[in-house]
Amino acid sequence: MITINQLMCKGCGYCIKFCPRHILEMGKERSQKGFFYPVNIDADKCTSCAICALMCPEGAIEVTSQAK
Amino acid sequence: MEKRFMKGCEAIAEAAVRGGCRFFAGYPITPQNEIPEYLSWRLPEVGGAFVQGESEVASINMVYGASASGKRAMTSSSGPGISLKAEGISYLASAQLPAVIVNVSRGGPGLGSIQPAQSDYLQATKALGHGGFRAMVFAPATLQEAVDVMYDAWEYAERDRGPVLVLMDGCLGAIMEEVTLPPMKEVNFNNTKDWCLARVDGREESHMITPILPEPALEMLNKFKGMTYKGWEMNDVKVEEYLIDDAEYVVVAYGIAARVAKEAVNTLRAEGIKIGMIRPITLYPFPKMSLDGLDYDKVKGIIDIEMTIPTQMRDDIELQVKGRCPVYEYGRSGGMLLDDEGVLSAIKEFIKEGE
Amino acid sequence: MPDYKRPKSLMPMATSYCPGCMHALATRLVADVIGELDQVNNAINVVSVGCSALNLYTWAGDVIGSAHGRAPAVATGLKRCLPDRLVFTYQGDGDLAAIGLAEIMSAANRGENFTVIFANNQTYGMTGGQMAPTTLIGQKTTTTIYGRDPETTGYPLQMCELISVLKAPVFVARYALNSPKGVADAKKGIRKAFELQMAGKGFTFIELLTNCPTNWGMTPLQTLEYMNTNTIPYFKPGIYKDKEGEA
Repeated sequence: MITINQLMCKGCGYCIKFCPRHILEMGKERSQKGFFYPVNIDADKCTSCAICALMCPEGAIEVTSQAK
Repeated sequence: MEKRFMKGCEAIAEAAVRGGCRFFAGYPITPQNEIPEYLSWRLPEVGGAFVQGESEVASINMVYGASASGKRAMTSSSGPGISLKAEGISYLASAQLPAVIVNVSRGGPGLGSIQPAQSDYLQATKALGHGGFRAMVFAPATLQEAVDVMYDAWEYAERDRGPVLVLMDGCLGAIMEEVTLPPMKEVNFNNTKDWCLARVDGREESHMITPILPEPALEMLNKFKGMTYKGWEMNDVKVEEYLIDDAEYVVVAYGIAARVAKEAVNTLRAEGIKIGMIRPITLYPFPKMSLDGLDYDKVKGIIDIEMTIPTQMRDDIELQVKGRCPVYEYGRSGGMLLDDEGVLSAIKEFIKEGE
Repeated sequence: MPDYKRPKSLMPMATSYCPGCMHALATRLVADVIGELDQVNNAINVVSVGCSALNLYTWAGDVIGSAHGRAPAVATGLKRCLPDRLVFTYQGDGDLAAIGLAEIMSAANRGENFTVIFANNQTYGMTGGQMAPTTLIGQKTTTTIYGRDPETTGYPLQMCELISVLKAPVFVARYALNSPKGVADAKKGIRKAFELQMAGKGFTFIELLTNCPTNWGMTPLQTLEYMNTNTIPYFKPGIYKDKEGEA
């Protein structure tokens, strides 16, 4: 499961591009800082592979493995 | 206390080690090469480090890094190399890091000559680097004084956290004199310095050393340093006043020039002329009081003697004399040395002019 | 898969870097590795001038700012006096490959026991996108508005190639940060460099190919493809020297 810190995200889109399961997309709302930010459209499909976090320049994404 | 007959450069190098210096970086340049040569083997003996830098620019920045560790660090050079170090010296001032810089000066401008001169007074006291800062500038006239100045230089550098300059000249670097060496200082690098990057006393919180600041913080630093410089003028001026109580003529000279000038003063006194000498030991802070406080009802002329043409200290002298008597200047330059006859006859000329 | 937490060496706020800037990514990678190696309180970041200087406000651990190009000299003085600390410089290409060439080559040649993290984005980002020593042939910048012309400006400097011919360096490698594979490899490389330093082996050099969306005039996503077609063919990723690996 991933959490995206909206205060740090600048909407570059790397996480969306590289998510192997294509479960992220750019949201329609702006953050407090004025950036569009990604939203998790299908959280159930997330495998916690952390590639989004690996590619996030800002370290805005944190990943926790889902407890099954 | 240990007496030794030593060459100037080696004496100040040994005094630096005894004063706690544990890091040196420098680049070869005449006439100060004996300082790095001496420290290259001496520092490792006391657990210190010596690096021969790829340039003066690199060397001063190595000193910047070493100083950030909390250890006592220094570099030395001569005029052309001090120009290159200007960048790093300014950064030391900005980041509030202590360091000692020795200039064994030579003829200038440019590559100039490798022979002794006092052509770096303005650079030392007014413009050691960009951005508006000052450093205490010590100008010893004897090797013993040079040893004593070096020994205590870090006390000033660390007290006010900034660069300190020791301005020598090629003569002092090369001559040999008997010096009394002070004992090795016990410097504890690990319990008093909260400004350095060493994690002293198991400190957990991290530390930032920065030569760049947000504008309001930079203005605060500028103001704070301005107060520090004022404090130097009040408390840290060092000057030798020689036979000035009844003097009608006062020679102002520092370093090697003061030694030659003092001979002339003694000769003229023997001839019955009321002449004295003011010898700044700190060029910055300049001994303003000594000059301002002269009895200008008595004093008929001030004679600035420096081993550079045109003389450079004259501006500072005139600011204190305030037109109350004539200011004369005499110098040799380009690596041509002052000699007794030249100085004596020049002073006699000025006195004749004044009468 | 292990959890991912924001590394402790970063300030708990957004960086000052532009959206999509790989300076931020490079800094975060270094912070990741420092966290993994449990060196948060032991590492010292020697920051240089340019966009890399923004690290001063991003880095939460011990950090020292240095003059333009002089970070390897500062790190030399620092590491010689604090040999037990993990010391690295963080430098851009203008800083390292132009004004700081003497310092980087000399520190590498002395085999100083610290690590250089070199972010190469082929432009002077902080000053508005002028030509860097690494700017590609034909690349437009504010001082090469018709594209870099080798007739008058020479060719892009390949620092890994230059440093790897020196005898002293122990590990020299280049990685591109425009793909998960490149970033994962870079992280391994940084880790290896730090481990070598901690074992006292000597000079380690990590070049990270990065981007500059703002001055390249592209979106962050466009820079990824640009790097594939332009940057990577000239600045080839790979391990250029691995003394320990060879031994």
